[in-house]
Amino acid sequence: MTDKLYKVLLFVAALTMPIVCGGVVYALVTDAYEAFEHFGFIQFLTSKEWSYTEGAEQYGALPFITGTLMTTALALIFCIPFSLPVALFVGEYFKGTKVASVLSTVTDLLAGIPSIIYGLWGFYTLRPLIMALGISPQGSGVLTASLVLAIMIVPYAASLSAEFIKMVPNDLKEGAYSLGATRAEVIRKVVFPVAGSGVFSSYVLAIGRALGETMTVTMLIGNTNNIPESITSTGNSMASIIANQFGEASDLRFSSLIAIGLVLFLITAVINMIGKMMITRARIS
Amino acid sequence: MTHLKTKHRLLADKAMLWIVCLFATLTAVPLFAILGEVLLRGYDQLSWSFFTETTPTAYKAMKAIEAGEPIPGGIANGIIGTMIMLGMAAIVAVPTGILCGAFLAENPKNRFSQTVSYLTDLLQGTPSVIIGIVTYMWVVVPMKGYSAIAGSVALFVMMLPLIIRSTEETLKILPASLKEAGLALGGNRARVMLKVQLPAAFGGIFTGVLLAISRVIGETAPLMFTALGCSFIRFSIDKPISAVPLLIWEFFNDPNLQELIWGASLFLLLFVLTLNLTAKYLAKKWNQ
Repeated sequence: MTDKLYKVLLFVAALTMPIVCGGVVYALVTDAYEAFEHFGFIQFLTSKEWSYTEGAEQYGALPFITGTLMTTALALIFCIPFSLPVALFVGEYFKGTKVASVLSTVTDLLAGIPSIIYGLWGFYTLRPLIMALGISPQGSGVLTASLVLAIMIVPYAASLSAEFIKMVPNDLKEGAYSLGATRAEVIRKVVFPVAGSGVFSSYVLAIGRALGETMTVTMLIGNTNNIPESITSTGNSMASIIANQFGEASDLRFSSLIAIGLVLFLITAVINMIGKMMITRARIS
Repeated sequence: MTHLKTKHRLLADKAMLWIVCLFATLTAVPLFAILGEVLLRGYDQLSWSFFTETTPTAYKAMKAIEAGEPIPGGIANGIIGTMIMLGMAAIVAVPTGILCGAFLAENPKNRFSQTVSYLTDLLQGTPSVIIGIVTYMWVVVPMKGYSAIAGSVALFVMMLPLIIRSTEETLKILPASLKEAGLALGGNRARVMLKVQLPAAFGGIFTGVLLAISRVIGETAPLMFTALGCSFIRFSIDKPISAVPLLIWEFFNDPNLQELIWGASLFLLLFVLTLNLTAKYLAKKWNQ
């Protein structure tokens, strides 16, 4: 009797997950429907107009999709030169030492800083610096947002990569050493080929993080509803347009914002699923 | 010739070591830069009244700036709002998450639990702003207004997958003999879970809850569309309410209140980092 009750209780608790996720999808789809119906799915995704003049409302998601993809790609590029050394430092060179645990504590703390504080730091420290260097006159823009975004995703990429680098079997490395390889060669010829797919998957998950980051990007990207012409120009990401306009939106604009949310949800879901699948595969092999 | 090549290889090896050390160390710079900036600009705002008084109106702040005085008031409304919403979210999310995690640990192979496990990953990866707009449609629209309840629902949804995962992982690494011994002594599954497995996993689960709290306490985007914000201390859960990150966002957008940003940020940052370090310390201690 108690066993049965216990099983039912656990089952009911587990049911919350399908209910919540189903609720998320249901809410997004029903409210995005109006926008998709009005503009057409493909049109909505490929139109670059975003104007709310009454009577001639026109909403398209292209500028924001571009903004999101640009900030994410740039953040990834800026993140690699830092996350890879951290992963090697923690997982290979100083594996199991005190310095390594200090460094991984530091990156863990970086992951813990709230995104709004990253945004403040970017706005009050990095933005003036970018203006002073003459990179862009207004300081905010895709580049500024990506730089801070890169710092934010370093911990995610680094800690997971380090985990895979740590798992490279010692006998493989020792084999290479016994043939006279230097450490750098062992890393290039043994560690990367063995841990490569795991390291790669950690970057996929880091991309998933960067895609949906909201406050930092909203504070730094400049919030103009156009396709950014270059990496120094201003723009808007999918998350930041929602953060900026959701509070004041109604009717068609509201539905269009939800539609952008749905697209963002689908993109992050797919990226995360790919990342998770790759991780599981890398762990098994 | 070979001698030269060896020299080159050794040099490349050294260079690699130095590059790795240099760039790995550089990664620590942003942490200290951010911490330093928030500390330097915020420490003189922290006083007793900063934690006991509510946010001033823009007009009051403007008057104070004109008179050359420090801006009066504090973030008490935000602290209380955060506590109320976080408390309500945790009361529901912690037991649900633990039970759900226990379900996943007990039935690792069946199809339903694999679906649940996949959905947990999905929800954990969902951008917080989307949780915000979805909660808006779930709670704010039917209730016809922003409220503390809506805010705590958003925080609940964000906390749930984190608690499920940490519970599941902790239960899974417990030695199977522990559970078997309990069952052999004649305990039923519920009793073994409650009296043997959960107490043994307490450390990991507690750490997971701390980390979940530290993760959602600084969330701004999901609260913007659910709790909205409020400039005085309020205890009713069906009305708009403030939170510390919401206040920071408000200060950021109001030129008159900008000086208050740093005190509020310092408080939030210290709180989150302390929570993180505590969790890490406890995890280490309990693992031994």
